Amino acid sequence: MSETTAFPDVQARAAERKTPRGRTFSEHPLVQLTIVRFLETLREPEALFWIFAFPILLAGGLGIAFRNRPAEVLKIATVTPALTESLQREKLLSVQQLSRPSAEEALRTGKIALLAVPGANGAIVYRYDDTNPEGRTARMLADRAVQQAAGRVDPVLSSDVLMREPGSRYIDFLIPGLLGMNLMGSAIWGMGFTVVDMRRKKLLKRLVATPMPKQYFLLSYVFSRILMLVAEVGIVLGFGAWIFHVPVRGSLLSLALVCLLGSLTFSAMGLLLASRAKTIEAASGLMNAVMLPMWIASGVFFSAQRFPDVVQPIIKALPLTAAIDALRANMLQGAGLVQLSPQMGVLGAWLIFCFILALKLFRWR
Amino acid sequence: MSAAISPAALRVTGLQKAYQDVVAVNGLDLEVRAGECFGLLGPNGAGKTTTVEICEGLTAPDSGEVELLGLHWNTDADQLRQRLGIQLQDTQLSEKLTVFETLRLFRSFFSQGPGAAEAIALVQLEEKKNSRVGNLSGGQKQRLALACALVGDPDFLFLDEPTTGLDPQARRQLWDLIEQFKSSGRTILLTTHYMDEAERLCERVAIMDNGKQIALGSPRELIASTCAEHMVAFSAGAKAHALDIAALRRIQGVRGVRSENGTVEMQVTELHLAVPALLAELTRQNIPLTELSTHSATLEDVFVSLTGRHLRDE
Ligand SMILES: Nc1ncnc2c1ncn2[C@@H]1O[C@H](COP(=O)(O)OP(=O)(O)O)[C@@H](O)[C@H]1O
Ligand SMILES: [Mg+2]
Repeated sequence: MSETTAFPDVQARAAERKTPRGRTFSEHPLVQLTIVRFLETLREPEALFWIFAFPILLAGGLGIAFRNRPAEVLKIATVTPALTESLQREKLLSVQQLSRPSAEEALRTGKIALLAVPGANGAIVYRYDDTNPEGRTARMLADRAVQQAAGRVDPVLSSDVLMREPGSRYIDFLIPGLLGMNLMGSAIWGMGFTVVDMRRKKLLKRLVATPMPKQYFLLSYVFSRILMLVAEVGIVLGFGAWIFHVPVRGSLLSLALVCLLGSLTFSAMGLLLASRAKTIEAASGLMNAVMLPMWIASGVFFSAQRFPDVVQPIIKALPLTAAIDALRANMLQGAGLVQLSPQMGVLGAWLIFCFILALKLFRWR
Repeated sequence: MSAAISPAALRVTGLQKAYQDVVAVNGLDLEVRAGECFGLLGPNGAGKTTTVEICEGLTAPDSGEVELLGLHWNTDADQLRQRLGIQLQDTQLSEKLTVFETLRLFRSFFSQGPGAAEAIALVQLEEKKNSRVGNLSGGQKQRLALACALVGDPDFLFLDEPTTGLDPQARRQLWDLIEQFKSSGRTILLTTHYMDEAERLCERVAIMDNGKQIALGSPRELIASTCAEHMVAFSAGAKAHALDIAALRRIQGVRGVRSENGTVEMQVTELHLAVPALLAELTRQNIPLTELSTHSATLEDVFVSLTGRHLRDE
C-alpha cells in the first residue's frame, strides 16, 4: 500500500506486470537458453571437429590399421636343406635357408620369428622369443610340419571352420570405446569450458542479475546436450555400421538410455570441475587430470582386464569404464537393461554425487 | 526543492564491505530520488562498483541496509529482478550470438518490456541487428549492453561506467541515449570517473573516495560550495621555486592556490580583477609567465580541492 503512494508513476507499470502478455513457446526462457547454447556450440568450429570429425578419423584410422587380414604367414629360417624341405610343407610358414651367422642376425633383429637348427642325434632345436606370440605360433607350426614329415600320424582327426564375422574384430571392440570416450569428452569439455568462459567474461554474473530462473540455466545445458547427443552418437554408430559393419545387437532403446545417462553423468562432472575455476587454464588442467586416467584405464583402446587384479575394482568404479562396458555389452553381446544395471548403477551414483557437489560449490561470479 | 516531493527510489544506510585487505565501502549512506539520474563519481578503486553491486543484490554487504523501490533483497528478490535494468562494468556478452539473438534471450527472462527488435531500435543498432556481437565496435557493444538493461522496461536503471574506454563520439552518442531514457521517467544510478559525464547527465552526484562519500549535491551546488567559479592555471617554468605563493593568495578575488610541479592552479571568483592583478604580481616578482589558461570550475576541480588529487591519473 505504501508503494502505491510512494511511486505513482511506477504504479501503472506494476499493474501491467501482474498480467504479463502470454508468451509463445519460443519466447520461453528455457527455450531461448537452449537455442542459444545450441547455436554457440554449432558456431564453434573447433568443438565441432572434436565432437564429430575426430572420433570418425580415429575409428577410420585404427580400423584400417588393425583390420583383420587373412592369417599371416610367419617368416622362419633354417640352416640345412633337409630342414628347409620338411618345413616348406607348412603353408603358414615362409622358410628361408641362411648361413648360421646371418640366420642368428635375422632372429636377433626380428626379421624371422623362429630359427630351426639341427641338434645332437638328429634332434631339432627351435630358437625363438617365447614372449612373442608369433614366435610361439611359429614353434607349433614348425614342429607339426617336422613331425608330420617324419611320419607322425595324429590319433584324432580334426578339421577347421573359419570365423571372421562382425562382432569379434578389433573395430567392434573399438567403436563402443570411442563412443564412450566421445560421450565423456564432449560433455565435460562442453560444460566445463563454456561455464568457465562465461564466468571469466562476467556473463554468469550478468545472467543472475536478470530474473532468469537459475535451474533453467542448467536445464538448457541438459537439453542442448541431448540434441547434440543424438547427432554425436548417430554419426559414430552410423560410421561404424556403414564402413565396418559394426553390429548393434542390443535394443536401440537401452543403448539410447546408456548414452543419455552417460552423457548426463559426464555433464555433471564437467559442471563440478567448472564450479569454481576462473580461468580456462585452471579448468582445462582439472578436466585433463580427471579424463586422462580414464582414457588409459577404462578400456577405450584395449581391454581394461589387462591391468592387475588389485586395481580392477577401482577401474570398474570409473564412470568411463561403466559407460564403455555397458556400450560393449549392448552392442556386441546384445545385453538388455537388466544385465547393464551394474554399470548403470555406477553411472547413476557418479551423476548424483557430482551434481549435488557441483550445486554446493558452484559460483556464479 | 524537489527533495520534499520526490520519495527515495533507493535508500542505502551504513553500507560496509571489506575484502581481504581493503575496505571497499566504508559506511556509506545514499538516497536516490524517484525519477532522477544520480551519479556516483570517484576515481578507480573508490568503491563505486562494489556499492552498485550491493544495491543490485549481487554482492552481500558486511553490514548496512538497502531499500530499493520500497523493497528489500532478502524478501522481494524476484520482484526486484523484474524491475531493475542492470549494466555491469566489464561484461562481455557472448561473441558468437547476434545482436538480435542476445536481446531475444534477455527479453525472455522478463515478464514485460519492449521486444528484441524494439530494444535494438531504442539504442539505434538496427543495421547491426544480425551481426555477431564479436564484430561490434566498443561503442556498439556498450549500446547493446544498454539495450539488455532496458529490455525488461525497468523502473530503476543501474549503469556502471557506461562510457569508459569509448572514443568521444561514441560517448556522446551514448549520452544522448541515456538522456532520452531519463526523460521517460526512469530512475538512474550511474557511476563514472568522467566529471563531464556526471555534469551532463546527473541531477545530483555523490563524490566517493576510499569507500566514503565526500560530497553530495547537484554539480552546480558542488562547484559553487567547494571552489570558486573560475580556475586560473599558469606555469612559472624554471623560476617556479622563486615564486611567492603567499603573495598570490593575497590577490583580490583569489580563493585558493595550489602549486604542483611548477604549475600553479588558482581558484578565482572575479576573473576580470584577478587576472590583471596576477600579471602585475608576477611582474613584480620577476617571474616569466608561460601557459596561462582559465576555465570554468568543474567537478574535477571540486574533487581536487577536496582530496588534493586528480580523478584520473593521466
Ligand atoms: N572481488 C574483490 N576482491 C578483492 N578486492 C576487491 C574485489 N572487488 C573490489 N575490490 C577492491 O575494492 C576496492 C573498490 O573497488 P571497486 O568497487 O571496484 O571500485 P570502483 O568501481 O570505484 O573502481 C578496490 O580497492 C578493489 O581493489
Ligand atoms: Mg568500477
